[in-house]
Amino acid sequence: MTNALLTGLVLGGMYALIAMGLTLQYGVARIMNLAYGEFLIGSAFASYLLFTGWAVNPLVGLVVVVPVSFVVSLLLYKIFLTPLVRRARTRDALEVDSILATFGLMFIVQGTLLTMFGGAYFSYSFLAIPVTLVGEVLAMNRLVAFALAVVLGTVLYLILTRTRIGTSIRAVAVDPNVAPLVAINVPQLSALAFAVGGALVAAAGVLISMFLTFSATSGVVFTMKALIVVVMGGIGNLMGCLVAGVLLGLSEALVATYIDPGLTIAVNFALFLGVLLVKPAGIFGRARQ
Amino acid sequence: MTGSQLLIGGAGLAAIACLAVLPSLVDAYHLALGITLLQFTILATAWGMFSGPTRYVSLATTAFFGVGAYTVAVLGEQLAWPLVLLVAALIGAVTSAIVGLSTLRLSGVHFVIFTFGLAELVKQLVVWFEVNKSRVLGRYIFLDISQQDIYWQLLALAVIVFATGWLIACSRLGFALRIIGEDETVARHCGINVTFAKVALFVISAVFMTLVGAIMAPRWTYIEPSIAFNATISFEVVIMALLGGAHRFWGPALGAIPLTLLFEFLSARFPSTSTLIMGVVFLLIVYALPSGVVGLVDRFKGMRSGSEKKRSGA
Repeated sequence: MTNALLTGLVLGGMYALIAMGLTLQYGVARIMNLAYGEFLIGSAFASYLLFTGWAVNPLVGLVVVVPVSFVVSLLLYKIFLTPLVRRARTRDALEVDSILATFGLMFIVQGTLLTMFGGAYFSYSFLAIPVTLVGEVLAMNRLVAFALAVVLGTVLYLILTRTRIGTSIRAVAVDPNVAPLVAINVPQLSALAFAVGGALVAAAGVLISMFLTFSATSGVVFTMKALIVVVMGGIGNLMGCLVAGVLLGLSEALVATYIDPGLTIAVNFALFLGVLLVKPAGIFGRARQ
Repeated sequence: MTGSQLLIGGAGLAAIACLAVLPSLVDAYHLALGITLLQFTILATAWGMFSGPTRYVSLATTAFFGVGAYTVAVLGEQLAWPLVLLVAALIGAVTSAIVGLSTLRLSGVHFVIFTFGLAELVKQLVVWFEVNKSRVLGRYIFLDISQQDIYWQLLALAVIVFATGWLIACSRLGFALRIIGEDETVARHCGINVTFAKVALFVISAVFMTLVGAIMAPRWTYIEPSIAFNATISFEVVIMALLGGAHRFWGPALGAIPLTLLFEFLSARFPSTSTLIMGVVFLLIVYALPSGVVGLVDRFKGMRSGSEKKRSGA
């Protein structure tokens, strides 16, 4: 039981971290990014190459991969998504357009990874040292990843709640139509939120690559889980991400331990539907008109 | 008006007759191509049937296609063929009704997320069942159904899809759906049972997709979950429908034909980069042709009425 709870908690922390980037991209920039998991896998491969090619420690690799992903995401938003934002007359139209555009993007990234790496599974061994915690054995790399996820989440939370720019970002998430009235530059902040989301997903990808095997096509599952967590927690809500992520991680670990490891996606969906039927706007979401 | 309708009807009948005699005239390669063309025409049309008027982006095509194929793999040798198809259709209807009832009352985004993972969910459930209960992963399909039979069945199904679409468009359901697509709140205030209309249409569209999967299944001799629930099919169907234009019933078919040929060509010439190229094609369509070929034709005719001015890519 302790083991399942511990595994679930660590997994849940990772899900929360993965979903934080998406909640910025979707909640603030209004881009429902179906290529999100592909960026995670892309960063995982980058970390793999750095580690196996140049023996760069993945934790040092973060310093390279995260800024690169920030810049790439920023350019992506400015060049590729801005035309859609301009074209869209309503939020719903932008949502449909962004779904379609990022759906295409997903296949481009996936196709690029496939041509580079083929369909095989990759992993590398880093900090795979057993550690005993509350009488249970866990791998060091998982714990390090979890600790970093907690640090990143806390920093992001503090930035969003304690700084001026964070407050403006939250204002855009709440209502992008009213935000300009208090002199908030919505397009600029949307671009920033999208880029920070890209940086976060890159961090998550590097951390996950330390303990999980991955392949060019495994991004879809991460996108799905991130979307589920974001919607379940209430779109654009960091606290919701955390709670929903941990809930998802725990339920997965419990089902895998006590029922069948092959039913994790079924659990995700059951939880997703269960939450939405009770609270359609998510756990921390407020009903919108 | 009736004169032109008669003309269209006659042309349609003539086209069906030509298509029906085709298998006896062409070689195996072109027959296979014809089957693929029909397959995607039906899938894209069925997709547009639901997603066109409601503007909900469904990414679940392959889930239903796979359900159909798997029904044949399990029951193909136990029952007579028409019964197998009937059972497949029923399973497709029940599955889609469950999915529709649980997600279509929620907003469009929830529906997209749910359908995005649906194929993966069904795949996992099938794998779980096969591993734990039937203890086989992967099944052989030995059925005495020739390529020509598959072609004719698909052709018949294509005719039924178009007839159904025409009937729905003329019916109260079709009228209700057009109002829902314009504005769901308005539809609700008009006394339309929005959930019922959406679920009904989703089920009809899913039954066609399931039947395509069932009819296509004998083409493979070996089937396993990762073959049946291949996510690429959902993707291809969405691009085809978008290229043609999803807001007209016959739009998706216009996109299905050129793109099927393009993908055939690409997968033969550049097998390793076909995913990448498909992604590029998708983006070109989303950016350059937001309302599809049909939208372009309408614009040239200069007859864009108020309702069509709204972009309706999905």
